[in-house]
Amino acid sequence: MVRQLVFGAALIAALAVFPLFSPWSTVILTVALCEGLAALGIMVLLRAGQVSFGHGLFFAFSAYAVAFMAAAKVGHEALILIPVGMAASGLLAAIVGLFVVRYRAIFFGMLNLAISMVFFSLLEKLFSITGGADGKRVPRPTFAGIEFGREQFELATFYVTLVLCILAALFVARYLLSPGGKALEAIKSNETRLEYLGVSPRKVLYGAYLLSGLLAGLGGAIIALVSGHVTPELAYWVRSGEFVFIAILGGIGGVAGPFLGALMFQIIRGYAAVYAPETWHAVLGVMLLVIIFFAPAGLYGIVAGKAGKAQREEGGR
Amino acid sequence: MLLLAALDGLAYGSLIFLVAVGLSLIFGVLGIVNVAHGSFYAIGAYVAAAGVLAISAAGLPTWLAFPTLLIAAALVGILVGGLVEIALLRRVYGKEEVLQLIVTFAVFMILEDAQKVVFGVQPYFANAPMNWLGTVEVFGIFYTTYQLILMPLVAAAVLLGLRFFLRRTSFGRAIVAVTQDREAATAMGIDAARVYLITFIIGASLAALGGALASATTSLTPGIGAGTLVLSFAVAATAGLGRIEGAAVAALLIGLGRSVAVYFAPEFDVLIPYLIMMLVLLVRPQGLFSTVQTRKV
Repeated sequence: MVRQLVFGAALIAALAVFPLFSPWSTVILTVALCEGLAALGIMVLLRAGQVSFGHGLFFAFSAYAVAFMAAAKVGHEALILIPVGMAASGLLAAIVGLFVVRYRAIFFGMLNLAISMVFFSLLEKLFSITGGADGKRVPRPTFAGIEFGREQFELATFYVTLVLCILAALFVARYLLSPGGKALEAIKSNETRLEYLGVSPRKVLYGAYLLSGLLAGLGGAIIALVSGHVTPELAYWVRSGEFVFIAILGGIGGVAGPFLGALMFQIIRGYAAVYAPETWHAVLGVMLLVIIFFAPAGLYGIVAGKAGKAQREEGGR
Repeated sequence: MLLLAALDGLAYGSLIFLVAVGLSLIFGVLGIVNVAHGSFYAIGAYVAAAGVLAISAAGLPTWLAFPTLLIAAALVGILVGGLVEIALLRRVYGKEEVLQLIVTFAVFMILEDAQKVVFGVQPYFANAPMNWLGTVEVFGIFYTTYQLILMPLVAAAVLLGLRFFLRRTSFGRAIVAVTQDREAATAMGIDAARVYLITFIIGASLAALGGALASATTSLTPGIGAGTLVLSFAVAATAGLGRIEGAAVAALLIGLGRSVAVYFAPEFDVLIPYLIMMLVLLVRPQGLFSTVQTRKV
């Protein structure tokens, strides 16, 4: 626990000072944090042994909710738009979750994918409402009532995102230690035994699904603001696949994992775009295989080192 | 219009059946949902198209294109499929499902890019085999023989062939035995590792065959693998994973649904297969033709 806190604090401190020295990185880091939030949602589900290839749905739903609100001038304030986008995704997750928690493994993963692809094609085809493949512009809102210039806005968004990420990570860490979080791990190892204990696996998974939808929604809302533009691509399955990749890359051993994975992912994407623009998905694929076969605990496992490993083994799977 | 849609649906359903039955077979035996399946389809299509184009470029007779389609499918199944099974899948049998999914997902990403590098991003046209067979007239509508007769014929042959293979031949029975109980089958002297490899190659070849057949009817562009994967999964899941006959029914259902949508509501043709799958799964969570699975404590 102490180790985790020290490690987390170091990561946060490094992140917090970085943009001050290199302003160009502000947006990139914000994007990384947003994807880290979505990956954190994926990680919650992975704890239950379930993988969703469709969390782009919640990411995009929230982003479009923000775009529509901002365009309609309903909420011209970032601190209102973010929670509203998140709430929209939470509502959607509450509805979708009713269906998908009945399924496990591949059915769970692919049903999520199917629903997100339905949303993706609606976004693309309903041109008059969503702007089709070109997407929608998101006008820059005020921040706590203040009109910022572009750079100040980006910097402010970054720090707010960082704070939100810390809160989200702490909340998820707390949740994973709670009875609900422990029951989540039991779904992975033996669901029937969980039922014998009088716990409903569906209810447990529903809670986790809701949480993961909210986390993806939070990431989506911020990314809409910081990029000033939303496109259907946010809901495309490749994007959802990236979230899974990030969660695995970072490791699901601790809440810092997904954020670590997201930062690493941005670095890989940056380099791959320069050195292998045509084949960077293949680069990702190879890395994914290497991680699974040689470092199954992910980056977090490598950083947390032997102590974490021993602890996990002791606790069993 | 409705008739035309039905004919389209038949042709399309046959194609999707080939891919879905491969997916279903692999799942039934190996217990792995192969996300890279769509890539086998795409690579099969590209290799076949390249073969057909090479034949016309060399001035050889067009009928040679048909064996080329078959050879392309078998080559892709054996070389690419075999390599994937031996190098990667073998290491994750019996591990967590999530892990298996992610491994095949990684293979998918690698193969998608590999195919872009090898075949480029420009579209491929190789419709010589389709033109060569000419057209037939059905109730006053002209339709290509290739799509109306050859494709359903191949699909029917695969369906019957698989049934015969699994029930009557000794190797087919060995496959079924391994599916039921790997340990007991191994104790009876069945080489389970070999059964897995050959099943995977057959499944991959079927996907590649679907691609090879499709290569004559459409232009090939990057991304066809992903679309086909999701569609064939929709078919396999609608039928109940591992069900061979069910896959045929579900493929027709989804093929028809999609082609009706193409004619009457073209904006939503992408949506229909997902909607059908969602509706079926909401009513029958394990698919239309599934048997109840035993639960282990």
